[in-house]
Amino acid sequence: MKGWQLYTLLILPLAYLMIFKYVPMYGTVIAFKNFVAARGIWGSEWVGLVHFERFFHSYQFGRVFRNTLTLAAYELLVGFPLPIILALSLNYVRNAFFKKSIQMITYAPHFISVVVLVGITMQMLQPGTGAVNIVLGLFGMDSIHFMAIPEYFKTIYVLSGVWQNVGFASIIYLAALSGVDPTLHEAAVMDGASKLKRMWHVDIPGITPIIVVMFILAMGNFMEIGFEKVLLMQNPLNLRTSEIIDTYVFNIGLKGAVPQYSAAAAIGLFKNLIALFLLVTANRLARRSGTSLW
Amino acid sequence: MSKNAIRESKGDRVFDAANHLLLGLLLIIIIYPLLYIVSASISSSEAVIAGEVWLWPVQPTLDGYMAVFANKMIWSGFMNSFYYAGVGTLINVIVTLLAAYPLSRTDLFGRGFFMLLFVFTMMFSGGLIPTYLVVKALGLLDTRWALIIPTALSVWNMIIARTYFQTTISSELLEAGQMDGCNDYRFLWSIVLPLSGPIIAVIALFYAVGHWNQYFHAMIYLRDESLFPLQLVLRDILIQNEVDFSAMSDAGELVRRQGIRELLKYSLIVVSTLPIMVVYPFVQKYFVKGMMIGSLKG
Repeated sequence: MKGWQLYTLLILPLAYLMIFKYVPMYGTVIAFKNFVAARGIWGSEWVGLVHFERFFHSYQFGRVFRNTLTLAAYELLVGFPLPIILALSLNYVRNAFFKKSIQMITYAPHFISVVVLVGITMQMLQPGTGAVNIVLGLFGMDSIHFMAIPEYFKTIYVLSGVWQNVGFASIIYLAALSGVDPTLHEAAVMDGASKLKRMWHVDIPGITPIIVVMFILAMGNFMEIGFEKVLLMQNPLNLRTSEIIDTYVFNIGLKGAVPQYSAAAAIGLFKNLIALFLLVTANRLARRSGTSLW
Repeated sequence: MSKNAIRESKGDRVFDAANHLLLGLLLIIIIYPLLYIVSASISSSEAVIAGEVWLWPVQPTLDGYMAVFANKMIWSGFMNSFYYAGVGTLINVIVTLLAAYPLSRTDLFGRGFFMLLFVFTMMFSGGLIPTYLVVKALGLLDTRWALIIPTALSVWNMIIARTYFQTTISSELLEAGQMDGCNDYRFLWSIVLPLSGPIIAVIALFYAVGHWNQYFHAMIYLRDESLFPLQLVLRDILIQNEVDFSAMSDAGELVRRQGIRELLKYSLIVVSTLPIMVVYPFVQKYFVKGMMIGSLKG
């Protein structure tokens, strides 16, 4: 057969995909069973929707679900517009050196690991010795134990994320801006448009398609909160606002002395189904606007 | 041309000033934490504990760095991380190219079906627990392979490589190769790979940074401390605060140790981030390129 060699190349990647992606998908059936390791997935008894019902009726459900949604919405609301604003603003810097420096420095935090990012955040916010509290002290304010106050958790999460990613996320918009037709700007200048006017009437309409695509993508990934970061920032004092679905799955499924595999898998499946629904809906919207995501 | 046509209007000059001011402010906000960490790491522990360091180093010492390099866990963490990043990235790149090249060929029968198999895993996953059970069933728990094999391929990077192949390897090139009796293996090895330096660099960098920064898989899959990557060691020290000096009886000694512990954290942040930050300026353009290719439609 012609091209058989191409199929032999695919064997290894497909084997990986089957074992580490599709077998776990099959493994989600334990959400409907009482999984006992000794009896295997197939040998464990079916229990239907018990694990789902128990989760929906538990006092944790409302809290965990609400935290997940509000954290995701907060992040989108703050984290989405800022890179666009940064790109628009950078686009009007004419000094090439200044522009390059800003790009270089604002991209850098993107490569800091999540552990180090949380480490930096915690050192900065430490009561007494952290930089933020020292600066607050200079203004005569009392030291605040930020990480211990549940009300601050989401803000710290979102703002540290902005600090890390605002630069890198602006790359895509900067590229889109460089594609805006320069004759439009020339015409606008001829007509006496100020820079602010040009930004509003030339640049923003020019990059709106990209903004729409990125927004739809962000909606599709709405449920994908930086779970590893939340887990690191979590402590017993802020658990009330920091427990999201993913961390809850981890905490009951793998962390406890008696791992509740089935219950955790059920909650994970519940979340993944919502995520799938959001992604498919987002893509359908994207297709309607003429830009499919794949 | 009149003078006024060249000179900017007052509004534009105000705009420029405000724009530069805001960007300058952003620069300060981004740099300040980094500068503060570096300053604290070379200050004396007394100054750090007393909260005297807020911008520049106070009573400079290298105590913190001594403590970092005296710690065996940190050393082994570094070594392990180099191993995971090196071996892991090599396997990642191989598996990625093996998938990306055939899928870039428009004459591959069933291409759409295979693509769907790959892309579907981006949309839906079995989730944490079932994946953990698979890794466990394969006997990978508590071995180095647990950090390498379960993440052997990122579909996202595969799509980036595939897009690159589609746009740079022309069908004329393939036809010319086939005309000269080149089979698919030979074509991939002798023609495609030599033309793909930039894309291999991009995906290798993405994978390597991913391995270097990963802690979660190590946390769930590994028990043996001698296998811990740096990030997991960092987590224990920076976040779980697990440098245990609590058995100290002497109060003065306790305070001193407490100070070293704080200092150690700052130095550790610097030491662990340094490898990436040193390489970063040279490879920045590849990351930007990767972002751009990734945003193209496949």
